[in-house]
Amino acid sequence: MCADLSGIEPVIYKSGINVPYHWWAGDTASAFLTALRDRQTITAIKCGSCGMVFVPPRKTCPQCFTPNTQWLEVGPLGTVTAFTVARKQLAAIKDTVPVVFALVKLDGASTSMLHKLLLQNPSLAKAGMRVKPRFAQDRTGTILDIQGFEPA
Amino acid sequence: MAKRVAVVGTGQTFHKSHRPDVNGQELINEAVQRALEDADLTLKDIDAIVIGNMDHFEGINYVDCWSVDGSGGTMKPIIKLTTGGTTGSTLAIGGYHITASGLFDKVLVIGWEKNSESDTTGAITTAFDPVWDRLVFAGAIAALAAEGMAYMTEFGITDRDAARVSVRDRKHACNNPHAQLRKEITIEDVLASPMLSDPVHLLDVCPRTDGACAVIMASEDVAEKICPNPAWIWGTANRHTYTYVGDFKLGEIDSMKYAAAELWKKCGIREPRKEIDVIELYQPYSFAGIIWIEAMGIIPRGKGSEYIWSGATDMGGELPINPSGGVIACNPIGATGLIRCAEACGQIRGKADQRQVPDVKLAVSTGFGGCYWTDILLYGKKKPS
Repeated sequence: MCADLSGIEPVIYKSGINVPYHWWAGDTASAFLTALRDRQTITAIKCGSCGMVFVPPRKTCPQCFTPNTQWLEVGPLGTVTAFTVARKQLAAIKDTVPVVFALVKLDGASTSMLHKLLLQNPSLAKAGMRVKPRFAQDRTGTILDIQGFEPA
Repeated sequence: MAKRVAVVGTGQTFHKSHRPDVNGQELINEAVQRALEDADLTLKDIDAIVIGNMDHFEGINYVDCWSVDGSGGTMKPIIKLTTGGTTGSTLAIGGYHITASGLFDKVLVIGWEKNSESDTTGAITTAFDPVWDRLVFAGAIAALAAEGMAYMTEFGITDRDAARVSVRDRKHACNNPHAQLRKEITIEDVLASPMLSDPVHLLDVCPRTDGACAVIMASEDVAEKICPNPAWIWGTANRHTYTYVGDFKLGEIDSMKYAAAELWKKCGIREPRKEIDVIELYQPYSFAGIIWIEAMGIIPRGKGSEYIWSGATDMGGELPINPSGGVIACNPIGATGLIRCAEACGQIRGKADQRQVPDVKLAVSTGFGGCYWTDILLYGKKKPS
């Protein structure tokens, strides 16, 4: 074997591993997702100590560390707090670009939900705009049971 | 000079094969709330958090941030440690180091796993070298089987001898409400269970478990104010011995041998078998219950099986091993090594209920990782000098 390894062909291995995860949403998230799927309502959970209203719902208030038990309905109208426009088509983006990703604070909620804006022209997106959900025809119990938010 | 450190509270979930009712953060929260309750502390008292789980098991890579709803880490110093199978024991050692540093008085240590959420073999295989090992080797059982086979060949024991270890642990698990598998089995059950990888049968190995464990460590400045009888950490040691599967010595586990020897030396233990009252061994399959106690220096090499058959490691024996039922009865991997710590400390603190070994003054817990790593910790009732 020659001590000089210059010019050796670099060998590359390709991964054959595909780990098929499946995540349990848990009772709290499942209550939200089934209400969305079956009743087209957006639910939230309220902290009994500090009064924060969480969307998505949280079993425990991260600030007070006490269990949240009080469910309520929020929206369906909401306000865009921030947005961005994705213009490069990537495997992770299922829709055809440009896609407007936005944080929507539903009326009655303390936290914003990450979702999409459905706009013919992405340049119409602006923070502060009022929006309403458009529900998907085929609903399977994910946040994409809301197809996106459109101008109210 | 490092502070002395004690465990002042522990909490565990009731571990199950799968927990569809909670997500990861919510599972973690159950253990954390129980640990706080056990220590009679609130989240405000906690100065820092150390958390860990297996890489690739839930497919969530920034667990330290993602888990704060459950851990209570919102706006607190928090760090993630993950070292494969040894994650739980590394968490215990890391929590000990952080508390001993004197920078934090009360540290919350959390290990967890939702093992039901991934393909365990696929995830474990990512621990092995892609060029040299993965094309001909996968998962955890193959290397364990190779070790068992090598030991059988050298000392002439059989799978019946190993089965005795499973029978012991599964019997002990019946005393532990937190264990996943709480049904006694017989040697015939083990031998009749499906052969997974010769000579390892299904009932020789650990299950896959969803569960979490939390341990609160306190520095000597506050420990006794929180808990009148804390479990003091006397010392820790760990060893890693190989890079490729072909590197390790089959049938005797060098990482355990050298880690244990270092620990005994540091803590002044001359005759571990006589001095130690109870061991919580991270023993993922039955043969390890024989081989690894030899490496630990409890019993001479080749004598492990005889010692197991004598009943010495059963409840009521000379040196009970795994009063909790151990890993064969329950294995939420990222929590498993920390559960060993919590159980050993529960023994010291006299809080082990149905599984209590009488008058425990010294207890040991261990951790094991897929690539034959060993962590080992010694706890005492007495504050170390």
